[in-house]
Amino acid sequence: MSAVTQSGLHRDTKGSKLVRYSLIGISLLFVFLMLILPLITVITEAFKQGFAVYSKAVTDDYTIKAILLTLEASFFAVAINTVFGLCAAWSLTKFKFKGKKILATLIDLPVTVSPIIAGLIFLLTFGRQSPIFPLLQDWDIKIVFAVPGIVLATIFVTFPFISRELIPVLESQGTDEEEAAALMGAKGFTIFRRITFPHIKWAFLYGVVLCAARAMGEFGAVSVISGHLRGKTNTLPLHVEILFNEFQYVPAFAVASILVMLAILILVARSVIEHKGRKK
Amino acid sequence: MKRKSVVIPGFGLTTGVTLAILSVVVLIPLASLVVFSAQMSASEIIDVITRPRVLSSFKVSFLTAFVASLINAVMGVILAWVLVRYTFPLKRIVDGTIELPFALPTAVAGIALTALTADTGLIGGFFANFGIKIAFTRIGITVALVFIGIPFVVRAVQPVLEKLDPAYEEAAGVLGASRTRIFWKVILPELIPAIFTGFGLAFGRCLGEYGSVVFIAGNMPFETEIAPLIIMSELQEYDYSSATTIALVMLVASFVTLFLVNVVQNRNAKILKGGS
Repeated sequence: MSAVTQSGLHRDTKGSKLVRYSLIGISLLFVFLMLILPLITVITEAFKQGFAVYSKAVTDDYTIKAILLTLEASFFAVAINTVFGLCAAWSLTKFKFKGKKILATLIDLPVTVSPIIAGLIFLLTFGRQSPIFPLLQDWDIKIVFAVPGIVLATIFVTFPFISRELIPVLESQGTDEEEAAALMGAKGFTIFRRITFPHIKWAFLYGVVLCAARAMGEFGAVSVISGHLRGKTNTLPLHVEILFNEFQYVPAFAVASILVMLAILILVARSVIEHKGRKK
Repeated sequence: MKRKSVVIPGFGLTTGVTLAILSVVVLIPLASLVVFSAQMSASEIIDVITRPRVLSSFKVSFLTAFVASLINAVMGVILAWVLVRYTFPLKRIVDGTIELPFALPTAVAGIALTALTADTGLIGGFFANFGIKIAFTRIGITVALVFIGIPFVVRAVQPVLEKLDPAYEEAAGVLGASRTRIFWKVILPELIPAIFTGFGLAFGRCLGEYGSVVFIAGNMPFETEIAPLIIMSELQEYDYSSATTIALVMLVASFVTLFLVNVVQNRNAKILKGGS
């Protein structure tokens, strides 16, 4: 710093170079230590005892069952939120009605609720102390500590993920094209398929990816509602927790490495979709 | 003749489906929380909240979430600045990696950070030389929350920084202001609402965070026990009324945070619209 106190202009450019490199340095260090290093740790811990131990942990019966349940819950979350997201976006952007703002706020509500509380509310709604519990028992419907509860909790935590991507796009697009099509006699679904959907294609895909990412990784809400029944209500993240708490570190990290790979896949898909959407 | 506003079909169907799914997934479950807590008397509620162990968990939760969000506010601005203003190798990868905490399951982040910061881990081992423990202390909780919160600040500040008109900076430069002075007097005031938004969103998320914290915290009562964890352990003992009471306090706290963020965001949107 002492050498850079000559002329004003000189000091300026030198100073800015120093600032530039130190800020880039700080940023790279932070990203490496906080974000990249944990990923590397998962992979190195997973392979600590060789490939044989790794593949045994990954192909374990309970792991396979956990993968299938995670896929099932994620599938339902994406499916229901797709239906909901498309309907909500259409309703909120193509029409004017009272209470629209409140509706939009209510849709965004779930992301502000702690995952633990998200699990708790389903426990209170469908659990033993709920007024509808006897009814559910009569019909032999199990929700709490069973797969339907996990699916419901997963839908809740990912609830606004698709509608949130669609609404701004549709809003900026306006309603002129749909009105023209409707006046020329096009039916509702035709209007959607031929006119609206091409506009929201990339935003929709983006929302689906975000929704799937959150759904497969949800831990807190699913942890509350699942009852931790091994082989029955264990999703991948819950399986990681059980293994880790049993001090089976290598299998825990091996199962976690599956989720790491999915996360990297999602990040790549996300940036590809964003890139394509922007080009359009 | 139909009027112009009702030309587009599908209002009844889409609004109906929206309301139906919203009710089943969000409204009825949230209402059941209200109904359940309405059955409790005020003294019961106060009794639960003022238990020393519960009070200290609130303190741990709010303190660690606040400190972590402060760190994120500073680091988030630096990262956003570097990503918008400079070009350097690996920039696109760094930009994509910021999003990692959204994509990586919290439980995986939790065990990875625990392994890293425990005394036997790479980072934990380094700090252990100086007698600093990270995992199983409040520092560990803060580290996990910094991980969870960083994308919120970066993604809030980045677009504002991109849209900032360089004319003001140039003017200040021509008038002889130093770069440091330009940053503090010209750029930072424009960023403050975005920083606050990012801080608020990160804080709200950190308050409720469970998955990444539960492994690294060690969960010692009065020391490293966070509020979501107390809710969890009350549930495991089937004490639903205590769990609901604590949940209600946390819910109110996160709604207040979100409300403040919305107020700032609305004002900010007005300024941005008026300015352009």
